[in-house]
Amino acid sequence: MIPQTDRFAYFHEARAPEGAEGWERMYPYFLTSQPEGRASEDSRFWFADSMHWSRAVHPFDSIGAEAVYYGCGINGARSIVLPAALGLDVRMVNGYVYICPMPVTDPAEIEKRLALFQERAGFYYKNWDELYARWKEKMTVLVQRMKALKFEPLPEVEPMEVVTEGQGRSVSWELVENYHRLVNDFFLAWQYHFEMLGLGYGAYLVFFDLCKRAFPEIQDQTIARMVAGVEGIAFRPDDELRRLAKLGVELAVDEALRTKAGAAEILAEVQARPDGARWLEEFNAVREPWFNYFAEYGFLHDQETWSQNLDIPLQGIARYIELLRDGQDIDRPVARLHESRDEIAAEYRALLAPEETAQFDEALQLSRNVFPYIEEHNIYVEHWTHSVFWEKVRDLAGVFVKAGFFREESDLYHLNRFELDQALFDLVESWAIGVPARGVQHWGAEIAARRKIMAALRSETPAPAYGIPPKEVTDPFAIMNYGVTTERVQEWLSQSGGGATRRLQGIPASPGVAEGVVRVVRHENELSQLQPGEILVAAITAPSWASAFSVVSGVVTDIGGMMSHAAIVCREYGMPAVVSTGFATARLQNGQRVRIDGYKGTVVLVEAS
Amino acid sequence: MSMLTVEFAHQSSLDKRLVGGKAHGLALMTQAGIPVSPGFAVTTRAYREYLDHTGLKARLEAALADVNRESIDALDEASHTIEAWFERAPLPDHVLMAVSEGYARLCAALGSADLSVAVRSSATAEDSAGASFAGEYETFVGMRGVQDVERHLRRCWASAFTARALSYAWKNGIAPLDVEMAVVVQKTVNARAAGVMFTVSPVTGDRSRIVIEASYGLGLGVVGGDVTPDRYVVAKIEGHVVDRIVGDKHLEYLSGQETMPVDDERRARLCLDDAEVMALSRIGKQLERMHGAPQDIEFAIDRELPAGDNIVLLQCRPVTVLPTKALLRSSAPVEAVARFASSVLSAAR
Repeated sequence: MIPQTDRFAYFHEARAPEGAEGWERMYPYFLTSQPEGRASEDSRFWFADSMHWSRAVHPFDSIGAEAVYYGCGINGARSIVLPAALGLDVRMVNGYVYICPMPVTDPAEIEKRLALFQERAGFYYKNWDELYARWKEKMTVLVQRMKALKFEPLPEVEPMEVVTEGQGRSVSWELVENYHRLVNDFFLAWQYHFEMLGLGYGAYLVFFDLCKRAFPEIQDQTIARMVAGVEGIAFRPDDELRRLAKLGVELAVDEALRTKAGAAEILAEVQARPDGARWLEEFNAVREPWFNYFAEYGFLHDQETWSQNLDIPLQGIARYIELLRDGQDIDRPVARLHESRDEIAAEYRALLAPEETAQFDEALQLSRNVFPYIEEHNIYVEHWTHSVFWEKVRDLAGVFVKAGFFREESDLYHLNRFELDQALFDLVESWAIGVPARGVQHWGAEIAARRKIMAALRSETPAPAYGIPPKEVTDPFAIMNYGVTTERVQEWLSQSGGGATRRLQGIPASPGVAEGVVRVVRHENELSQLQPGEILVAAITAPSWASAFSVVSGVVTDIGGMMSHAAIVCREYGMPAVVSTGFATARLQNGQRVRIDGYKGTVVLVEAS
Repeated sequence: MSMLTVEFAHQSSLDKRLVGGKAHGLALMTQAGIPVSPGFAVTTRAYREYLDHTGLKARLEAALADVNRESIDALDEASHTIEAWFERAPLPDHVLMAVSEGYARLCAALGSADLSVAVRSSATAEDSAGASFAGEYETFVGMRGVQDVERHLRRCWASAFTARALSYAWKNGIAPLDVEMAVVVQKTVNARAAGVMFTVSPVTGDRSRIVIEASYGLGLGVVGGDVTPDRYVVAKIEGHVVDRIVGDKHLEYLSGQETMPVDDERRARLCLDDAEVMALSRIGKQLERMHGAPQDIEFAIDRELPAGDNIVLLQCRPVTVLPTKALLRSSAPVEAVARFASSVLSAAR
């Protein structure tokens, strides 16, 4: 396909959706495009990070864009000192997050950074297991520390201890301090997140590159299969659903669990059965920590964990029960997966020239060593840290509402983190003085206006990219993690003209061919609408959608690379998947029939119904 | 036993110097239980006896010594003369007897009075390192009766002395008279579709791929390049079809000479289904393992045999020339990734 244009729109050419005019004021100035930076912004290539932010981002939620790309920059540019790459620059456009990899191009500078990198990265690789053990410890402590933070309503007067213990310090100050602590730990978690991730991907890339050289036509997913783990905490949440399904059958509460109703009714049904209490006991024991698990990645405050929305795990359990009743074995075939992983690796190795096998072994060993980190870090950061973070923010929102500052809890998310800091001080100071908070007036009208803006922003899907793309995408992480390759950019360019699409090209993420009816899922709540045999079309799928994979016959996403956990889980479920199509959610409609090819990465419209 | 002909199932057909490369491959497959069209080889010994008895050997030596190797016209003229010699010199009686008996046995085994057979060159020089001799020598399809077989046997022999075969041999440092020419006689496959399978990607040299090209009818269109065949790429190890590209199969060979146009509907359709592609690939993988190197395999899908049992292999030989991996690495993204990977690897060491 020949693109009609050689660039995407510039930021200043982007038109706000109708009703979203003025959206820029909602975000910190450094996250939005500014006139003085135009020349530099225009000359660069920005692509949508809908892998992390699949919907338009509320002002408060933009804290994630700050934290992620601060942590990423720290690690790559300043700590490990990647030789040819600095951080990823970040902007918000029409409520969506766009990023731009910053390369180092001066050969002398690369040389200098290379020496630093060798020493620093070398230390991590040589001490990987020990450093990873320490990392898990740090993360566990951090999550516990966040859990301990309290956000309680302001009392009429200070508690007696403030006086009797001579504290001389107001409980209202706890609110201010704990807000700062919460934000600090959130930023810290994202520094930890990248502490080992770049190195992990780097090590994987060594093996990836070796395979691509030895087997020029090898598929990315095959390389991943040789390395991927089959055990570990990344698989635990879903494994727990399988276990609860089996236990449900064993304790004869499976009929109750199949009830087509909300979580409350289902659990009441279970309770009413003779062994229901025993099952519920198990169910409740599993919730902490395994249901602290986002159906998506928890970058947006309105995404729910399984614990918040028990419908999601209960639907998963019900699906597994259906499979059990069909006489299927629902245990993940861990031993067989292990075996096939080693078999495939051994067979590829056997095709190499004898002098190549030592390199293959070394690279395979190195990537298998780092892979548990790649697979498990999401659980600690995206799931556990994010779930406690949003829980505490909800507590804080409750304090504002109780004090009459906000009308409802969701008002809070319409202020960015800096504005919220001001509002919080306004709240405690006015409380201390004994006057009404000025923010009630100040923010009331603005929040109403911002609600309209958010609705308008969310009505549109993001443009895949802005600015001038490079002739060739050479950033290893853009390629590996985001699936942004030279070919993909060309596809985007050729499709950015708009109009009807009969064919979408993405990246083959999981093998197989499937044909079925499209179901566009924009929110995890819509998962329950999936009908057997449908093709799930989403901006991104999260690994926790796994149980839905027993229903659908294929998965298509707008964005994502080979290395996303969701891709790995898709492969394990034998579910054909095409990722990084750029436009699937925008171009496909419910009811259309498509054929997806997980070997070639194509999605073809078969007929419209 | 005279060893003028040997059946594929016979132990001595594994002697490459006796039966040539093509028959050797067919014998190996037959004896490993891989389906090939049944037949026998007229051996290099029969060829020698023919050249000696007819006195052709001496005349060929003289003619080849004198010819101007640089002149295309001279080569053409010499080759036409030689071709006429082969046309006019009949087989010595004992050789003719052996060929007749071989053909009769094959007819009897397959319950046909005048079985249609393919008569195909099987030279010892074929597949020698660096020189594939691919398509240099003749193949005749759809021959019936011992007279037809005998005449085309001589034409196969003569094809070692065509202008282009002579140049090719000389260019590869081989004396044309040192080429030992055996000939394969085997049942003509009633091919619904046919083609060529490489157990390595001929494009990139990737050994984890199997590439199949196929078209309707006999494989002549694929080998001869007069149709654009369908193309299939298979992941050898994982065992699935990675790519299917519909070609433009505007005609199909019903026999060696006879072609028929293919209608638009069939033309736009793949001529093999996934099950056939995978069955072929499994055989390809087995053959590669047997020989310890990538193989170039000709196959057909028989029209009459039942599905699942309808693959017939016609030829198997080592792939002689592969692209150099070093030539394939050129793109900037690949280079950038490789540079980064190597810095990671040296840090990890």
